[in-house]
Amino acid sequence: MTTPPEETVIAPPALVEIRVCTGTGCIANGSLVVADRLESAIAQAGASDRMRVTRTGCHGLCAQGPVVVTAPEGVFYPGVDPDHAEAVVRALLDGSGPVTEMLYRETPEEEPIARYADIPFNARQHRIVLRNCGVIDPEDIDQALRAGGYSGLRHALTDLTSDGLIEEIKASGLRGRGGAGFLTGMKWELARQSVGDQKYMICNADEGDPGAFMDRSVLEGDPHSVLEGMAIAAYAIGASEGFVYCRAEYPLAVRRLKKAIADAAAHGLLGDNIMDTEFSFHVGVREGAGAFVCGEETALIASVEGDRGMPRPRPPFPTTSGLWAKPTCINNVETLANVAWVVAHGAKALAAIGADDSKGTKVFALTGKIRHSGLVEVPLGLTIHEVIDEVGGGCQGARPTKAVQIGGPSGGCIPAHLFDTKIQYDTLLAAGAMMGSGGMVVVDDTTCMVDLARYFLTFTQDESCGKCVPCRVGTKRMLEIITRITEGKGRDGDIEELERLADVAKKASLCGLGQGAPNPVLTTLRYFRDEYEEHIHERRCRAAACAALSTYVIDADICKGCGVCKKHCPVSAISGQIKELHEIDPDICVKCGVCETRCPFDAISRM
Amino acid sequence: MTTTFDTTTLTVTIDGRRIAARTGQTVLEVCRENSIHIPTLCYDPRLKPYGGCRLCIVEIEGLRGYPTSCTTTVADGMVVTTESEALFELRRSVIELLLSDHKVDCLTCQSSGQCGLQDTAYEHAVEMPRFSGELHVEFIESENPLIARDLTKCIMCGRCVRICAEVEGRYVYGFTDRGFDSLPNTPYGVPLHDAYCEFCGQCVSTCPTGALSNKLGKFKGRIWEVEHTETTCGYCGVGCTLDVSTKNGKVIDVTAPLERGVNGGNLCAKGRYGWGYTHSPDRLTTPLVRRDGELVEVTWDEAIAEIAERLTAIRDEHGPESIGGLASAKCTNEENYLFQKVLRAGIGTHNIDHCARL
Ligand SMILES: Cc1cc2nc3c(=O)[nH]c(=O)nc-3n(C[C@H](O)[C@H](O)[C@H](O)COP(=O)(O)O)c2cc1C
Ligand code: SF4
Ligand code: SF4
Ligand code: FES
Repeated sequence: MTTPPEETVIAPPALVEIRVCTGTGCIANGSLVVADRLESAIAQAGASDRMRVTRTGCHGLCAQGPVVVTAPEGVFYPGVDPDHAEAVVRALLDGSGPVTEMLYRETPEEEPIARYADIPFNARQHRIVLRNCGVIDPEDIDQALRAGGYSGLRHALTDLTSDGLIEEIKASGLRGRGGAGFLTGMKWELARQSVGDQKYMICNADEGDPGAFMDRSVLEGDPHSVLEGMAIAAYAIGASEGFVYCRAEYPLAVRRLKKAIADAAAHGLLGDNIMDTEFSFHVGVREGAGAFVCGEETALIASVEGDRGMPRPRPPFPTTSGLWAKPTCINNVETLANVAWVVAHGAKALAAIGADDSKGTKVFALTGKIRHSGLVEVPLGLTIHEVIDEVGGGCQGARPTKAVQIGGPSGGCIPAHLFDTKIQYDTLLAAGAMMGSGGMVVVDDTTCMVDLARYFLTFTQDESCGKCVPCRVGTKRMLEIITRITEGKGRDGDIEELERLADVAKKASLCGLGQGAPNPVLTTLRYFRDEYEEHIHERRCRAAACAALSTYVIDADICKGCGVCKKHCPVSAISGQIKELHEIDPDICVKCGVCETRCPFDAISRM
Repeated sequence: MTTTFDTTTLTVTIDGRRIAARTGQTVLEVCRENSIHIPTLCYDPRLKPYGGCRLCIVEIEGLRGYPTSCTTTVADGMVVTTESEALFELRRSVIELLLSDHKVDCLTCQSSGQCGLQDTAYEHAVEMPRFSGELHVEFIESENPLIARDLTKCIMCGRCVRICAEVEGRYVYGFTDRGFDSLPNTPYGVPLHDAYCEFCGQCVSTCPTGALSNKLGKFKGRIWEVEHTETTCGYCGVGCTLDVSTKNGKVIDVTAPLERGVNGGNLCAKGRYGWGYTHSPDRLTTPLVRRDGELVEVTWDEAIAEIAERLTAIRDEHGPESIGGLASAKCTNEENYLFQKVLRAGIGTHNIDHCARL
């Protein structure tokens, strides 16, 4: 099914390709310079006819940028220095094999691993959504077409009716990847059945969860897969117009998307009479100003209409009355990237991956105290442990993993002893978290769970639109209580009051932001209640993370009395004679941590 | 908002009562029509449903959670519960949250006795709110002579924002900031008179708290001290229904009843605030005729005789075309009919115009 559209003439591929990641992360690490240097090295070697540099989207292993992978061999060079460009080109030309010193090693002691596909990070991954990310040049529609782009749309338009298409998506079991996990086929059916002279298809690319960058990476690395998914959805529901709502803080994604729309239109893949059929579909981009709540579908609609992004109650659901009161289907970027693949490969292909109620894969943004932070796509149904330890390489540093925060600000914290929990919609919910958009923040025992909950609550309170009372005032009161707990001023009854407020916000808030805001507090209370109690009753933070509840202590057995700490303390909290034990006055200390980093003997620690 | 309803009737069950409703009505509307009380703060029948205050939550079989009755339209066979322990507790908590962020100033607040927040707090037996904390930003504007804004008392129901946009089409207010700090405010917080406000006072009329109040009546009388007189506005031919509040025989405020009259609670700047003339020392209370350069008080009979005599003389000397008449939009149709008759049949001229540009 993945044959490219016949009419399109596609330039032949170069014999050897050097794929340089130009996702936002790698660009920040200097990958554009690396790409330029590789190109000049190729030109200098007179190899431009055989060799080409492809500026691709994200490869996943963002922490190791700039990432360079050669094709067809698939040799992986992490953290490439522009000065090594020539060496890479030379090795490819003289057939001497990979440049060993530049290869990836799991740890400095281990043997290098040459191929990107062979590194442990990739072993459990299954790339459907990210199939072309890191492989094709997202700004070159020919490469997208060669990789099978728009073949799903062709199949839909030529072989399937709208109803047949909806059945296919239903049969695949695909659920929305934007948070709530609504069955995509069912949503399309509702939109299709709604009566309206005009319908709209919207792609939700707002992606506001802190730490999440799945959707950005797909838009930057393979925008055509999303446009194709949109066109397929539009055909299914009967929409002739669509919008991608993307935050303006994603300038690269917006630029690549706009180029992709123009290129697709030029190839007759968007616009009027797509692929010479009756079907017409026009797509525009709407840039949002970066409010988290604008990811909520009704707020998104208000924003596209030009109003302040504030949610409105549902029903009516957008599928009945959405943009400009017309039936509107809103799907997430990742959902739509799946759609094109499902149509091209058949419902069964997706249904074969995953487990129970959770079919297919999910992209996660792995961050926090994890060795391989980056973007991973794994089949649903893996356990948390498999993702964190096998894909992510386990905790960063020697400290034990304590918990993982899944699902962003509306998600929850799952403790390490529950890492056998399978990553599925229902199991995560039962554990108090949720799939959310796919943020996974790993924390070790230096993170205070009360403080972590406070962090997420600060975010949701800041991002509340202010419309409804339980969210606007309720989460504020919760934040005040949790803040005083972390400051060592917690009172008897604070936990119960947190629970009461959480209950009101959950039950009475208008939208998912307020309803989900208490989750980080509720899950940390569920699994780490003793930490809250220690803060309140013992004025103690076991992670030594809360400034008011921790002190810096000099170990008498290690201190040599060198005086370095005393010299650097900005508030003169340290006293002691040279060659004698130094001491920190906790009443003066502001817990800046300078002494700890300065002590040449590691004699100072926070506790 | 007047909604045109389908005539189809549906049957819904509310608190065990079977009730006929019309397609397109909200659960709240049906309840109000049938005297079933549901507390509300952000609801105003003049405005589109909003769903912000969360007080009007109900339980509806088959719907998850607690839908707001002001935004949910009825469906045939719907089963609604408007009162339960859970609903009472949630509503009460919401009120307590509002009070925890409110300058509770009922002692001298102009809205005391006619305040939505006070009423719902009373109804839910809130003595001391369980929650407390920081108050949202202090914001007071009183640079103009008509509308006082003390947003420290604002509950963010958005009614002022919406009435200005939806009814007045004026868009003076919008929401500024986010989260706890959001406020209904003018662009950049400029004073009303710099924000194209036309001082119709519609925002004051809808505000359920003392955040917006009419300055003219402030400290002139409490709601329970005043006498109410329903009358028709004399400013123009629309004939809006007014509720004139007086204390000791003096007008202190003018409002409009929501449920009666062509205006349904709406008024313009003149109707609401243009009553200063009633007790003005400059106000003419008897006809005056200029005699030897001096204005002299006369009776109506004397004045009318004088007018008739002088107009007849002018017509006889210069012809009817030398006379013209200006009628007023403040007159009723009947009065204007009679006026043109005086000019056409009595004087014999078509020179008639009016001043419907009040
Ligand atoms: C506060 C809030 C923020 C949201 N942000 C996003 C977002 O950034 N991207 C997204 O796709 N969905 C987001 N959603 C979910 C959307 O409302 C909607 O369910 C989703 O876009 C539907 O697409 P799907 O069915 O493909 O998942 C958010 C929901 C809430 C309540
Ligand atoms: S829950 Fe929060 S974000 Fe959602 S409508 Fe209410 S105030 Fe706005
Ligand atoms: S000023 Fe009054 S009407 Fe406007 S939002 Fe505040 S409480 Fe509501
Ligand atoms: S009256 Fe319905 S939410 Fe305020």
